[in-house]
Amino acid sequence: MKLTAGYNYQLSTTNYQLNMEIISILLLVFPFLGFLTIGLLQKRMNRNLSGPLASAVIFINLILAGVLFGYVSSSNSTVETDLFDWIQFSNISIPFALSVDRLSALMLLIINGVGLLIHIYSIGYMKEDEGVNRFFSYLNLFIFFMLILVLSSNYLCLFIGWEGVGLCSYLLIGFWFKDHANNNAAKKAFIMNRIGDLGFLLGSFILFSTFKTLNISEIAAKASLMPSGDWTLTAITLCLFVGAMGKSAQIPLFTWLPDAMAGPTPVSALIHAATMVTAGIYLVARSSVLFVLSPLTMNVILVVGAVTALVGGLIAIFQNDIKKILAYSTVSQLGFMFMGLGLGSFSGAMFHLTTHAFFKALLFLAAGSVIHALSNEQDIRKMGGLRKKIPFTFALFTIGTIAISGIPPLAGFFSKEVILTAAFEQGLGMGVLATFISLLTTLYMFRLLFVVFFKPESKELKANHHVHESPKVMLYPMALLAVLSVIAGFVQLPKLFSETQGFDNFLSPVFAKASSLVPAAQGLDVQTEWMIFGVPLAFIGLLVLMTYNLFVNDNEMTEAKGIANVFANKFYFDEIYDFCIVKPVGFISDLFREFIDQVIINGIINGVGSGTLLVGKRLRRLQTGNVGFYLTIMVLSIIAILFFNIIL
Amino acid sequence: MEQLQTIPLQYYILFCSALFSIGVIGVLAKRNALVIFMSVELMLNSANLLLAAFSAYRNDPAGQIFVFFIMVVAAAEVAIGLALLVVVYRSTKTIDINALNRLKY
Repeated sequence: MKLTAGYNYQLSTTNYQLNMEIISILLLVFPFLGFLTIGLLQKRMNRNLSGPLASAVIFINLILAGVLFGYVSSSNSTVETDLFDWIQFSNISIPFALSVDRLSALMLLIINGVGLLIHIYSIGYMKEDEGVNRFFSYLNLFIFFMLILVLSSNYLCLFIGWEGVGLCSYLLIGFWFKDHANNNAAKKAFIMNRIGDLGFLLGSFILFSTFKTLNISEIAAKASLMPSGDWTLTAITLCLFVGAMGKSAQIPLFTWLPDAMAGPTPVSALIHAATMVTAGIYLVARSSVLFVLSPLTMNVILVVGAVTALVGGLIAIFQNDIKKILAYSTVSQLGFMFMGLGLGSFSGAMFHLTTHAFFKALLFLAAGSVIHALSNEQDIRKMGGLRKKIPFTFALFTIGTIAISGIPPLAGFFSKEVILTAAFEQGLGMGVLATFISLLTTLYMFRLLFVVFFKPESKELKANHHVHESPKVMLYPMALLAVLSVIAGFVQLPKLFSETQGFDNFLSPVFAKASSLVPAAQGLDVQTEWMIFGVPLAFIGLLVLMTYNLFVNDNEMTEAKGIANVFANKFYFDEIYDFCIVKPVGFISDLFREFIDQVIINGIINGVGSGTLLVGKRLRRLQTGNVGFYLTIMVLSIIAILFFNIIL
Repeated sequence: MEQLQTIPLQYYILFCSALFSIGVIGVLAKRNALVIFMSVELMLNSANLLLAAFSAYRNDPAGQIFVFFIMVVAAAEVAIGLALLVVVYRSTKTIDINALNRLKY
């Protein structure tokens, strides 16, 4: 992935910097042009053309991102690009500016790299769909907004990207809009995200009123002078974290993510696993200085992350929809990343974000391949024995499963190990909890693997003779992701095996200020390190055996009972929300519509009308048409006026 | 001028009031539009006479100039009113105001 070619150190640095600035602008230009071209010509464009075009755009972007990545990682400088003054009046000045440091460069590679592979995969997956042009225009728009999100150098521009990816998520969840359930899922995602966005906005407002700027690095510089635990910082970080909770599907705002699986599977892979949902983690990592200065918020993040990871994992074990399992797995893994953030291990969370992007995208794409092979069947009870029928998908899915379960030497092991180490540094209890959470992954992923690929064929599957392996255009991207899932972890070996911490070192300039503000964690002794390393592995081995015995036999899958029933029903989160929020709001709306609007407001308006009618009906009797009567009235009136004039 | 002043002012007032009342009663009581019209003229003329009388007693010619204006206006009114009556008669063959009651609620 590292494209360091094209360097010429003889060039003057200023010239070089300028080139980099142009590249960072071009990164935004290409996907937007792709979106415009495909979106505007979607009715006329050849349906086989949009996919390759959209992919080509992202391919160019990937090369540009590689160049930028090479530049910032070799020169250790930040590429700052001022595009134009966006908001400018009195003493407020907010430019539209881009900034590429190592953190954004890493995100650039993830977004464009995973994005490109998923674009290519979608060419095959969406081939038969009538809205294929629309699909690819949305995908390019999504990449555009995601790039704004990670490139912007102030919170307001970041918010544009933040909202933009939410919009694309909405459009793509409801992509098959003819089914009403999909529209509801899209609306749910959007509304849930709005709650988080409100937090983000409030956070930005407080930021602006405190620091008089929204520039991220300026704020970091000013905030680092403030005392730890300052209440404004706590308020800001809590608000920003609410935003992150919405976007990254944390309790209590996580219920939209499983429903978001209503969209096409590549969308689930790109938006709802690899990139958009990690925006919350990116935001926290980006604002690391603010967060380390508010211990309260860090604890909130830790607790929310841990609870989400736990709940997501427990629910995932009892789901029967292949995409729902992966969705809850994503919720759980995101919670795990937030745990890492809460523990102060920013680079650990980013590391897990990176590896997770690879293997979760791989798993989703492989799941998409399974769904594709079975003609849109998503219920794992109707699968089984697929390892012989679709061997490539099986192999790729297995790699993804091993990677996410944290079995060495695949990527998941290394990234989870970083977070586990951070947890054990915090304390034994936290460490055990984190280990337990990461073991849940093994449980639900191997259950999924065994039920789908090893269990004897279900009768539905026996009746289906059209099971077919996916085309090459879908298999190759998955293969590349599988390769990445295998090798990505070697960027940073555990401290036990290697002195150099590649990933930590790479991101250390970004988090330098934050880490200078907190005392360095005490390193663990070698025995504990080995324990962190060995104990989970032993458990993973046991769990794999256990799940194998449980799920590979020919038994009908039993209905969940007792406490398992609670897990299978997603802790009744949707029902609780329905009861606590949806129902009351619906009731109040009904009240307003039926009583306030229909009775009171309508009553007043209709009353004025009918009152006028009634008075008119009575008064028109005066118009008798009798001239004598009129004359009499006239004379009497004159006399009356005279009379009043005299006596008054 | 002197001749006018030989009759006391009260007589004029009483006479004009009587004339005006006759006009009012004529307007209210009669059904024939033409007679009502004449009664209106009677009221106008009573007012005119009163104006002239006051003018003479106060040695102020303004009142009599007023009378001329009123006579001009009354003439115009008569012209329009009679024209209306002619049109009404042509279309309804009557000038009984009680028959003209079709324009009502």
